Amino acid sequence: MIKRVVGFFGDKENAGLRRRLFYLILVLIVVADFLVPREHAEFLWDRLPGWSALYGFGSCVLLIFVSKFLGHRGGLMRREDYYD
Amino acid sequence: MTDFIHPALLFILGALPIPFLNGLIRKIYLVLIPALAILAVVAMSPGSYGEAQFIGQGILVAKVDRLSIVFATVFTIMALIGMVYALHLPRAGQHVAAFVYVGSALGVVFAGDYLTLYLFWEGMAFASAYLIFAGQGNRAIRAPFRYLMVHVTGGVVLLGGILLHGAATGSLSFGPIAGAEIDGDLDPGAYLILCGFLLNAAVPPLNAWLTDAYPEASVTGAVFLSAFTTKTAIYVLARVFPGVELLVWLGTVMALYGVIYAVLENDCRRLLAYHIVSQVGYMVAGVGIGTELAVNGAASHAFAHILYKSLLFMGAGAVIYVTGRRKLTELGGLYRTMPVTVALYMVGALAISAFPFFSGFVTKSMVVAAAGEDHRALVVLALTMASSGTFLHTGLKLPYYMFFGTDRGIEAREPPRNMLVAMGMAAVLCIAIGAFPAPLYALLPYPVDFEPYTGQHVTESLGILMFTALGFVIFLRALDPENTISIDTDWFYRKGARYFMWFAERPLARYEKAVSDVSETAVLPFLHRSARAGLRLDLYGVDGVVNGIAHSIFSGGGVLRRLQTGLVTHYALAMVAGLIAAILVFAVVWR
Repeated sequence: MIKRVVGFFGDKENAGLRRRLFYLILVLIVVADFLVPREHAEFLWDRLPGWSALYGFGSCVLLIFVSKFLGHRGGLMRREDYYD
Repeated sequence: MTDFIHPALLFILGALPIPFLNGLIRKIYLVLIPALAILAVVAMSPGSYGEAQFIGQGILVAKVDRLSIVFATVFTIMALIGMVYALHLPRAGQHVAAFVYVGSALGVVFAGDYLTLYLFWEGMAFASAYLIFAGQGNRAIRAPFRYLMVHVTGGVVLLGGILLHGAATGSLSFGPIAGAEIDGDLDPGAYLILCGFLLNAAVPPLNAWLTDAYPEASVTGAVFLSAFTTKTAIYVLARVFPGVELLVWLGTVMALYGVIYAVLENDCRRLLAYHIVSQVGYMVAGVGIGTELAVNGAASHAFAHILYKSLLFMGAGAVIYVTGRRKLTELGGLYRTMPVTVALYMVGALAISAFPFFSGFVTKSMVVAAAGEDHRALVVLALTMASSGTFLHTGLKLPYYMFFGTDRGIEAREPPRNMLVAMGMAAVLCIAIGAFPAPLYALLPYPVDFEPYTGQHVTESLGILMFTALGFVIFLRALDPENTISIDTDWFYRKGARYFMWFAERPLARYEKAVSDVSETAVLPFLHRSARAGLRLDLYGVDGVVNGIAHSIFSGGGVLRRLQTGLVTHYALAMVAGLIAAILVFAVVWR
C-alpha cells in the first residue's frame, strides 16, 4: 500500500494526473476560503478571502529569490573547500 | 522521596551498566530505562524534592510543576524513540553518551536552583559533544571540537551570570527573574544568564554551532541532538524570561533566518538543522510574547517539534545510513527502494509544515494566534512566511531531491527494522497529536482556551501551504541544490580565528621583531654609551668639582688656623688695623 502511494508521487506515468489533481486542490482551497465563516478577524487581511493563497505564493517566491540573491550576490555561498 | 523518582538519576546511573551488557539483554535494558522514566514522569506530582545546603546555599535538586512536566514527558518519550532508533549499534559508547545527555537535560528541567542547573547544563554539553565525535571523518573531529568550545564558553557566561545574579539578589533559586517582564530592567547577571540560554537556543548570531555540528554527528546521535539542547533552552527561557520583548524580535528574525539559509543548503541534515533554528524561533517568540496562550504555544510547539524533527532526522539518517551520501546533489530516485522511509519522513514533513491533522498544526498556530491576540501584525506576517518556507524546504525541496527527482541509480534498501519502528513511533505521535490535541493541551502549563480546527484556520493554512507548493513547482529549477557551503556566523571563529592567527604570526610578529632589532642595534648601544658617558661625567666632572671645593675649604681652613697665634699683641694690632680700615671706608664711601 505504502509503496503504491509513494509510487503515485514518484512514477513518471502519473505526472499528468498528479498535475490535474494538484490544480484541482488549489482551486478547491481558494473556493473554500471564500465560503468559510470569518468570525475572528484580528487584522485587515483576515477578512480577505484568498489572502492566504496569495501570501503563501508570494512568500515562497520571495524566500527563494532573496535567499539565492544573498547566496550568489551577497557571497554567502562558497566552494565546499572554503574552510579547508 | 517515595512519590518522586528523579528521571535524571534513572538515566545517569542507568548509563553505568550499559558497557557490561550485551546482545538482547542490552537491547531490552536500553528500552526499559526510558520506559521506566516515562512512568516516573507520569506518576510524579508537583512539589519540591531534595532540598539541601551546599556551600552555604540552599539547593533544590528537583522542583516539579506543570511546565517541567510537559518537557520531561516529551524528553522521556523521545529518549525511548531515540534508543529504539539506535538499538542496532554494535558498541556501547553512544548509548552511554545518549543516556547521560538525556539525564542531564532532565536534570535541567527539574532543577530548582542555578547550581544544579549549571551542573546538568555542562553535562549536556559534554555528553552531546560525544555524539558528534562519534560521527565519521576528519570534519567530525573539528566540528565537535568547535561545538565544545562554543558551549564551554556559553557555560562560562552562564556561570558568570549566575554568580553575579546570585550576589545581587542573594538567592540562587531558579525561577522568573524579578523585573523580567519590564524590558531593560534586567541586572547584568540576568543579561549574562540570558546570553547563555540564547546560545543553547541557537538564536542568531549565536546559532552557528548547531548547523555546524549537527550534520557531522553520527546518524543516531543527531536524532538525540535535534531534540534536547535547544528545547532545554526554550524551557529555561520560559521559566526565567517570559515576556521579555527582546525575545519576540529575536524569535521572529530567527524563524526567517533559518528558512533563508535552508534554501542554500545542499547537506540534507544541515538543511534540517537550519529548520531547527527556524522552528525554535517560534518558541522564542512565544516566550517573548509571554501571555498564557503564547507560553502554552511555546511549550506545546517544543513538544511537537521534538517528535517531528527527530522523525525528519531519523529519515535523513536512514538515507545516510543506507547510501553513505548526504548531499542533495548526490541523492535522488530513492522512492522505489525506500518507500516506507519516504512515507514516514513525509509524516514528519507534513507535521513540521503544520498541515491539518498533523502535530505542527495544533501547536504552531497557538504561537501565531498569541501574536495576533497581542496585536503584533509584523510578527504574524513573518511567522506565517516562515511556515511557507518550512513546507518549501522540509516538505518539498528535501524529499524531492532526496527521494524523487533525478534517479542516480543508487543501490538502496530500507534501513534496519529498529530504525523504521522508531520512525513509526514518532510518526504515530505526530498524527495523534494533530488529530487529538486535547491530551497535549491538558498537559500545558496554563488552561487552554484555543480551538485550532476552525474552517477559517484550516483553509488559511492549506492556502499558504499549497500555494507555496505552486511556487515550488513553478520555480523548481531555481531551487536546484548547488555544490556549495554557506557562510554563517561560525565564519568569525573559523576564518576569523585563522586571520587572527595570521595577523599574530605575520604582521604582529614582524613588528615585534623589528622593534627588538631596532632596540638591539641602536637603542641599547646608545643607552650603554650614554650610561658610560654619565659615569665619566660623574667620576671626573661632578666628583672633581665637589672634591676641589672640599680641598679648597680644607686648605683655606689651614690658612685661617695659622692666623690664630694666641699672642694678645697680634690681636691688638689686628684690631687697630681693622679700626683704621673701618674709618677709611666710612670716610671714603659715606661722604
